[in-house]
Amino acid sequence: MENGFFHHALTIREDICTGCSLCMRVCPTGALRIRDGKARLIEDRCVDCGECFRSCPVNAIIIEQDDFSRIFDYKYRVALVPAVLHGQFRHEVSMSEISAVLRSLGFTWVYEVEHGAEILKPAIDDLMNVRTLPRPLISSYCPAVVRLIQVRFPALIRNLATVKAPLEMAAFYCRRVLRDRGAHNAEIGVFYVTPCAAKIAAVKSPVGEESTPISGVINMDFIYNRINRTLRNKGELPLGDDHAYSVDPDTLVWSLTNGEASCVNGRTLAIDGINNVTEFLEQLENDEITGVDYLELRACDEGCAGGVLLSSNRFLVAERLRNKARNLKPGARAADNDDFPDIEAYHDYLMNKVKINDEIKPRSMYRLSGDRDEAMRMMKRSRRLMCWLPGTDCGLCGTPSCQALAEDIVRRRGDISQCVFIRESNMEKDLMDRQRSNEIMRKIWGDNNFTKNCNKKGAENESN
Amino acid sequence: MSFEYKVTGGDFTHAGYASSQVKKMLKQLGVDSTIIKRVVVCLYEAEVNIVAHAYDGVINIVLDADNIFMKLTDNGPGIADIEMAMQKGYSTASPEVREMGFGAGMGLPNISANADRFIITSEPGRGTSLEITINLSGTVA
Repeated sequence: MENGFFHHALTIREDICTGCSLCMRVCPTGALRIRDGKARLIEDRCVDCGECFRSCPVNAIIIEQDDFSRIFDYKYRVALVPAVLHGQFRHEVSMSEISAVLRSLGFTWVYEVEHGAEILKPAIDDLMNVRTLPRPLISSYCPAVVRLIQVRFPALIRNLATVKAPLEMAAFYCRRVLRDRGAHNAEIGVFYVTPCAAKIAAVKSPVGEESTPISGVINMDFIYNRINRTLRNKGELPLGDDHAYSVDPDTLVWSLTNGEASCVNGRTLAIDGINNVTEFLEQLENDEITGVDYLELRACDEGCAGGVLLSSNRFLVAERLRNKARNLKPGARAADNDDFPDIEAYHDYLMNKVKINDEIKPRSMYRLSGDRDEAMRMMKRSRRLMCWLPGTDCGLCGTPSCQALAEDIVRRRGDISQCVFIRESNMEKDLMDRQRSNEIMRKIWGDNNFTKNCNKKGAENESN
Repeated sequence: MSFEYKVTGGDFTHAGYASSQVKKMLKQLGVDSTIIKRVVVCLYEAEVNIVAHAYDGVINIVLDADNIFMKLTDNGPGIADIEMAMQKGYSTASPEVREMGFGAGMGLPNISANADRFIITSEPGRGTSLEITINLSGTVA
């Protein structure tokens, strides 16, 4: 039940990767290794949080997206836009201008993802009223957090709130509205402008769900660049569009830290940043934390404003979005026009779709073997190895820590001679010659790191 | 395998270390998460009891593929009436300790409910010793 891999949106480009190991050092699940001078991903550990992408100094990590021209495979082309896209632009850039640019790119309908949160509020309230569910309930909004729980905190899976994300609700709504007007499902393309890799992975292989109403993803940085270019050549911009922003103020900030938690009744807590989330879950799993009803957990600092595909400063994005929300009058939606029937009109239809039906399964990354006795032998061996490894976590072995190396060795993914301290000791005792030691070092770090290169970042003639 | 963790009385900041370490090992062994939870509850409650009531203590853990045995021995005031201490809600924790969210009672009965085998011995004026055994593949206690 724990086999099979996640779909990953993150790919390491070997031709660009310099094997600097920065990504390996920041990965919160220890999913990266250095071999042959390149970063390698252990796929079943990766939760798509994007910390590696953020840390890479040479942009060797790329986030897959669908080819933009795919939108033209469909007669009806919906862009599902999260509010953080708007938050990236100056205050004077209106929401309708941004939507106009998206239309000029070829979309026939631009719809805000946060509308979907209006359906989620009552759905979460319903869950909170079920007394038999464990507390705290944990928001399943952030796919990186859901995956983190699957691999590191399987005992907490039962705490996950089994409701879909605003994105799915918005997508179901758009499809339904278009179908009600005579469109066939196959003619409708719903494309999500994504702020992060985790959302892509979740769309491509939804956790606990078989099918998705979303046809494809477009990375937000791509759209940001297109909008920016158009805004700078304003003459081409078709202004005066009928589109007005119509999301409720409190749902507009749903993706920001405390945006969701503040809409939920009871004692709620909002935690952002994957390391903060991990620390908190560790305590929660130990039963050290009691009396909390609902947890909003986000892998990125400042919530989706800190998404890895955003181009602007996360604090400015959050502040602008909060300002926009403040300036919206509560309940003052745009007049319902042909394009925008109120999502509330589809309340019953969407409430039928809101539950995550399939079981969210554990994918423990810690388990050494399916056989208990074998796992015990491996654990003993790994602990014996730790007696010899230095405990400095220098990373020169190409793994993030001594403990990770010890576990790699017992999983037959590594060798004790990868440790530079062990090699030095062995050479001192004439158990290994210098040439062999050097070969091992090159096997890990690649030959390039042993030759002079004045073009590297920070060097004499830096050039990329 | 055997492990030993020292516990300092009054040091709530570092309470929970042993539980975290043990939890990781049980995950490596692929122990069912509901059993891990019972182990962690027992160990954490017992550890906090030492921190809250004793001067210092020691946790000895013996782990094999089938069982985890945890012995917590402390130098402290001891428990005069064990039967009373085993009742739900009974606590002698000081007001400061309660203010930190600890000392709501339930500790010992909770350990007893989660353990497969639980032995408590105490000598007033000297200290308390808890022996907790949990079967790692077994059914709910």
